[in-house]
Amino acid sequence: MTNVKREPPTGYILLRHREIPHIDQLDVYRQHGGFEAFHKSVTELGEDEVTNQVKISGLRGRGGAGFPTGLKWSFIDNNNWPHYVVANADESEPGTFKDREIMESNPFQFLEGVAICAYAIKAHDAYIYLRGEFWPVAGFLDQKIRELEEVGLLGENLFGTDYSLHIHTHLGAGAYICGEETALLESMEGNLGQPRLRPPFPPSYGLYGKPTVVNNVETLTNVPLIITHGGEWYKGIGTEKSTGVKVFSLSGNVEHPGNYELSLGSTFRKLIYELGGGIPNGRKIKAIMAAGASSALIVATEEALDTPMDYESVPSLGAQLGSASVIVIDDSVSIPWLINKTTQFFKHESCGKCTPCREGTYWMMHLTQRIVDGKASKEDIQLLHDVAEQIKGKTLCALGEFSTEAVLTGIDRFPADFEGSVSD
Amino acid sequence: MHKTVTLTIEGVQVTVPEGTLIVDAAKKVGIDIPVFCYHPKMEPAGMCRMCLVEVGRPVIDRATGEVMLEEDGTPQVRFGPRLETACTVPVSEGMVVRESTPKVQEARKDILEFILTSHPLDCPVCDKGGECSLQNLTMSYGPSSSRFRYEDKKHFSKHVPLGELIFLDRERCIQCGRCVRFQEQIADDPVIGFFNRGRSLEIVTYSEPGFDSYFSGNTTDICPVGALTTADFHFKARPWEMNSSASICTQCPVGCNITFNIRREAKSGGKETIKRVMPRQNESVNEVWICDKGRFAYHYAQNPERITTPLVRRDGKLTEASWDEALSLVAERFGEADKKLLTLAGGRISNEDLFNLRQLTDSLGGSKVLYTTMSGGELTARYGMAPDSNFSDMGPETAILVVASDLEEEAPIWWLRVKQAAERGTKLIVLNPRVTKLDRAATYTIRYPYGSESVAVGAFTWASTGATAEAPDAVKNFAHSSELQAAAEAFATAENGVVIYGSEGVGLKGSQTLVQACVALLRSTQHVGKPNNGLLGVWQRANEQGAWDMGFRPSANIEDELLGADLLYFVAADPAGDDPNIRFDTNSFMVVQDLFLTPSAKLADVVLPVQAWAEREGTFTSGERRVQRFYPAIVPSPDMFPDYGVTAQIGKRLNIEMEARWANRVFDSIVDNIAAYASLSFIKLSKVEEQWPIIGRSDLYYGGTTYENKQGLGVQLPLAQSSSGDTPAGENAPGTPHLEVVELPKLGLLAFPITRLYDRGTTLLPSTLLHQRIPEPFIILNPSDATRLHIPQGSRVRVSLGEKPAVIANVYLDNNIPEHVTLVPRSFGMSINDPVPVDIKLAR
Repeated sequence: MTNVKREPPTGYILLRHREIPHIDQLDVYRQHGGFEAFHKSVTELGEDEVTNQVKISGLRGRGGAGFPTGLKWSFIDNNNWPHYVVANADESEPGTFKDREIMESNPFQFLEGVAICAYAIKAHDAYIYLRGEFWPVAGFLDQKIRELEEVGLLGENLFGTDYSLHIHTHLGAGAYICGEETALLESMEGNLGQPRLRPPFPPSYGLYGKPTVVNNVETLTNVPLIITHGGEWYKGIGTEKSTGVKVFSLSGNVEHPGNYELSLGSTFRKLIYELGGGIPNGRKIKAIMAAGASSALIVATEEALDTPMDYESVPSLGAQLGSASVIVIDDSVSIPWLINKTTQFFKHESCGKCTPCREGTYWMMHLTQRIVDGKASKEDIQLLHDVAEQIKGKTLCALGEFSTEAVLTGIDRFPADFEGSVSD
Repeated sequence: MHKTVTLTIEGVQVTVPEGTLIVDAAKKVGIDIPVFCYHPKMEPAGMCRMCLVEVGRPVIDRATGEVMLEEDGTPQVRFGPRLETACTVPVSEGMVVRESTPKVQEARKDILEFILTSHPLDCPVCDKGGECSLQNLTMSYGPSSSRFRYEDKKHFSKHVPLGELIFLDRERCIQCGRCVRFQEQIADDPVIGFFNRGRSLEIVTYSEPGFDSYFSGNTTDICPVGALTTADFHFKARPWEMNSSASICTQCPVGCNITFNIRREAKSGGKETIKRVMPRQNESVNEVWICDKGRFAYHYAQNPERITTPLVRRDGKLTEASWDEALSLVAERFGEADKKLLTLAGGRISNEDLFNLRQLTDSLGGSKVLYTTMSGGELTARYGMAPDSNFSDMGPETAILVVASDLEEEAPIWWLRVKQAAERGTKLIVLNPRVTKLDRAATYTIRYPYGSESVAVGAFTWASTGATAEAPDAVKNFAHSSELQAAAEAFATAENGVVIYGSEGVGLKGSQTLVQACVALLRSTQHVGKPNNGLLGVWQRANEQGAWDMGFRPSANIEDELLGADLLYFVAADPAGDDPNIRFDTNSFMVVQDLFLTPSAKLADVVLPVQAWAEREGTFTSGERRVQRFYPAIVPSPDMFPDYGVTAQIGKRLNIEMEARWANRVFDSIVDNIAAYASLSFIKLSKVEEQWPIIGRSDLYYGGTTYENKQGLGVQLPLAQSSSGDTPAGENAPGTPHLEVVELPKLGLLAFPITRLYDRGTTLLPSTLLHQRIPEPFIILNPSDATRLHIPQGSRVRVSLGEKPAVIANVYLDNNIPEHVTLVPRSFGMSINDPVPVDIKLAR
C-alpha cells in the first residue's frame, strides 16, 4: 500500500470561509462558483454520473465509520419510494466541533452538498438532523434555506427541470446516541432514540421505512467541489485509500486547539506540533485520543507522532481515526481520571436498549470512580478490564463497543497509572 | 410452498422455511436457545443479547460461486469473529450454529451477570418466582455469585401501578421491551412505553386510565421476570403451590382456551380456590392470548352471593327448601295437563345443559326459547366457516367483511386475529355505522346509517355480482359509493371470503334480515363450504351457537311469549334484570335456575341453584363452531348439581329419562341426536397435536407462562347439509332477501343498542377489580343533538326508551355518531332489544 500524502492543489476545500470572507452570504458563495455543481448535476450529469463521480473520488464518510460515500448512495433501493437524505449534524462526540464550524461559516457549501446528494438518489426531501444544542445553527440554516428557495435554488422545478427539492432542519433532544444513524432515524420519527437492528441498513430501510442516505455534514460538504472539479481531482488528494481532506478537531493539552483542515495522511506531529503549537507549559505528551471519547488511547511515542492520520494507518497503533477529533493528553493527566470521565459520559449516554451497554457502562463508571477515589484494589482493576471485555463484541450498536476502548487500552497501555492509584 | 433452507445446529440437521430465525429453527429440533426479549409471536428486537451463538457460513469461491470444500469433501465453514444474536439472524443454506461452546456459555454468563447487577433478587416474595425466565436461566447459565458491589445497586420504586390492573416493579424490570412491543404490535394499544434512558430506562403508561388496553394481562405472561404482575394475582399465591385445570372462557363466543390455577387455602375453609386464569395455547382459537375480561372476570364462580340451596315461595316469600321438595314441586307443576311450558335458556350454559333442557321441554310439549337478540344460528351452522378454518392461515388470498360489529368490544380476540390477518395482507372490509378500532386495520371502510345494515350488505352483494340484477332502489342508491364498489370487487374476486356479523345497532328483527343478506353475499360470491370461507356470528353469549344447534330459537317478542305461557323455566336467563318493567302472567308458575338470586329469581316460585362452569365439566360450541371441552377446576358445594343434572332430576320425576350425572353420557346423546355432532366424542375433543410455536414446556422464556394445551384443541363442526343433501356451494344462488330499513327520524332521537366489553352483567360485576373500568349506565349522543336538547357533556339524564319508564344515565358526546341517533349499551340496566324512539331529559 502506498501511503503517500498528496496536498490539495488550491487552499481550503471545506473551511473555505477562512480564505473567502462572507462566503456565508449567498451572493459571495455564488461569486465563487457556488451552486454551479448542483446546476451541473441536475442539468448535465444526471443522477448516475453524480454518484459515479463521488465513487471515483474515493470520498469516505467523515462521521467516523469511513464507509465509501458513493457506494452508500448506489445501495439505495430503487424499488421503494420515496427516498430521503438525512444529513447527520448531531455532532456529539466529545472533542468534535468541525460540523458546527462548517454549518456556521460555510453553510451554502454544505447545503449544496445536501442538494446534490438528494438529486443523486432522486430524493425530493432532505432533512438536517441537528443536536438540540444547535438550535441557533438550525435557525441560521433555516434562513439560508429560505434564501435558496427565494432565488429558486431549492423548491419546485429546479433549473427548469421537473426536479424538486426541499430541505428541512430537525432538532434532536440531547442524546449522544442519536448520532448513530438508526437511532437518529428513530428520533426523527418521534420515537425514543434507540438504534435499530441492522441489517436492514438505511439505504434499504431508513426514515419511515423508506430508502435513506444518512451522511455526515462534513462528508456532504466535500461533494460540491468533487462535482465541480471531478472525482479524479479529489482522488489526487490524501492517500490512495483515504482520499481528500479532513477537518481535524484538535483539543486537550495543546497550545492552539481548533479545527484544522489537512489532507488525510498528515501526521499527528504536524497537527499537534506544527499547527497546534505543541504542549503548553513545557509538559510532555503522554497519549492521544484520535476519535474523541470513543478512542483507544494511543501511547504518544515518536513513532506514533509520525504515523499518518488516515483510515489505514491509525489502526496500526491499535486505534481508529473515527471522526478525527484529536484530544491531546499530557503527562499531568492520570489515565484512571481520564477513563472515569469517558465512562461517566458513556454511562450517561447509553440508551439502555441492550444489556451489556446499559449495565456495563454503569458498572464501569462505578469501578473507575472507585479507582479515582483511591478506594480500589488490584482486583478492581482486573474486574474493570473483565467488565469491559464482557461488553465488547456483544452490544447492539457501536456505542457500547466504544465505551470499552479507552478503558481497555488505558489499563493495557498505561499500567503504571493504575498501579499507582490502588491500595494493595 | 415456501423455499426451504437446510442448516446444522449443534450437529443436528434441520430444514426450515426461508426466513426462519436461528432461535426458531433450533426450537424445532428441540434445542432451546435462551432468550429474554425475543418472543415467537413478535418481531425480534435483539436487545437482551442473551441468545448469542456462534454462527458459521459456508465459504463461497468468488470466481465460481461454488461452496469451497475441505480436503475431506465437506464444505468449508467460516465462523465470524463475533457472536451473533440467534433471535435476529435468519437461517441460510449450509449455516452451522454452535450454542454449547465455551465461548457461548461464557457470553450467557456475562449477560446474566449484567442483568443481575441491579436486580433486587427478591425471588422469595416475587409473584413470578417459580416460573421466572430469569430465575431459570440464571440457574442454567448464570454465575453463582456477582462481582457487582451491593452498595452500587441502583434502587427503584416497586409496586408502581400502571393503572389498577397491572403493577410494575421497576427493580425487577430487565428492559426487554416485550410488553411495549406487545402493546404496539399485537394489541395496537401503544399505551405503555420506555421513558428515560440507560440504567434509568423505565416503563411508563401514557393513557388515562393507566394501561388502558383490553389485552394488558398478556404482558404479565410474556414478562420474563416479575416486573409486571396483575393486581388480581399480586401476592396471592406461589406458582408451585397451584394445580391447573383446563377450561374454556365463557365471556364471549371466541371460546378462548384457558387454564385455571387453583390451590387449597385456609381462608376458604380448606377449599380449592381459583387464584388466576391463564391462557392455554390453541393456535386455531386464541393462539397464546386472552383478553382482560376473560382473565379477570372469573370471580363470580366463587362469589359468596351465589345461591347454594333451592328456594321455594311460601306465603309470598322465598324460603330455603330441600332439593326433593323443590324438585317435586317443579315436577308436579310441570306435569299438569294442558299447561304451556316456556323454557328460556341463556347462551352461557353448556351443550349438555341445553340438550337436557331440550329433552325435557320437548317431552312436555313446551317451547324452547334462546334468550338473545341475535339471529342466524341455523345459517351459521350451514354457511359458517368450514372445518380447518383458521384466521392464522389467512393472507392476501382472503377477504374478510365485518358488518355491524365493534369487534374489539364484542369479541376482543377475534378483533386481534382479524387485525393480524389484515397485516398479513387479507383485505379487510369494515362496514359499520361509526368509527371502531378495527378501522385502523381496514383496507376499506364503509359507513351506513344506523338501521341500514342489511341494505348496505345488499348493496355490497349487488355490486359484487356486477350490479346487473334487479334490486330495490335503496340498494342501488347505496351502491353508488366507489369505495363500496372497490371493496365489493375485492371481496368477490378473493379466493376466500369470510363475513363476520355482529349486533352493533341491530335488534333481533334486524339481525334476521342482516344474516340473510350476509348469506346471500357469501353464496353469490361462492364463499361457502370451503375452509377459511363462510359466515361467523359474533354471538352475545359464549355458547349461543350450541343453543341453536340444540334447537333453541330466539323469540321475536319475549314479553308476549312470557305472557302466553303458564309454566316458565328460566335457565341462565334474567329478563327481569334486563328489563325491570317486563310483564309476566302473575298466575304463571315460574322456575329460575341460576347462579345468583337475580331480579328474575326474586320473582320466581322456585329457585334452583346450580354449579358454575369452573365446578363441573361439559362442552361449548364457539362462534367458529369449534366444540371444546371444559373441565372441573374447583370442588362444588355439596348438594349442588350442574344444570343438566338439575334438569334431569326434574325429568326423572316426570318419567323422562335423562342422564343426570355424567356430562360425557349427555354428550353421547347429543352425538346420537344432533346430526352436526354425529362424529364427535369427548375423546376426540380432548385430542392435541403439536402446535407452533412450541410453548410452555421447560423453557418459559420462549413463549411466556401461557399453558401448553394438553387437554384438547376441540373439533370444528362440519357444515350442516340441506334437506336435499347438497353441499352449500352447490345450491342455486338465492335472490336478494327482503331488506328492511329502520328510518331515522327527522326530529327526535332513535336509540340503537351497542355492546361494550365491560358491561354490568351478572358474571362480570362480582369481579370488583374491574369496577373502575365498568362505567355507570351511559348513553352516547351526537354533540349537535345534545346542543339542541340543552344537554352538556357529562351530564346526567333521564332516558325513556319507547314506552318504558325513565332510567338515569350519564351522557357522552361523540362526533362519530350520526345525528338523531342515541347509542345505548346492552347489559347496563337499560332495556333495549331493538331500535326504539327515545326521550332524553336532563335529570334534576
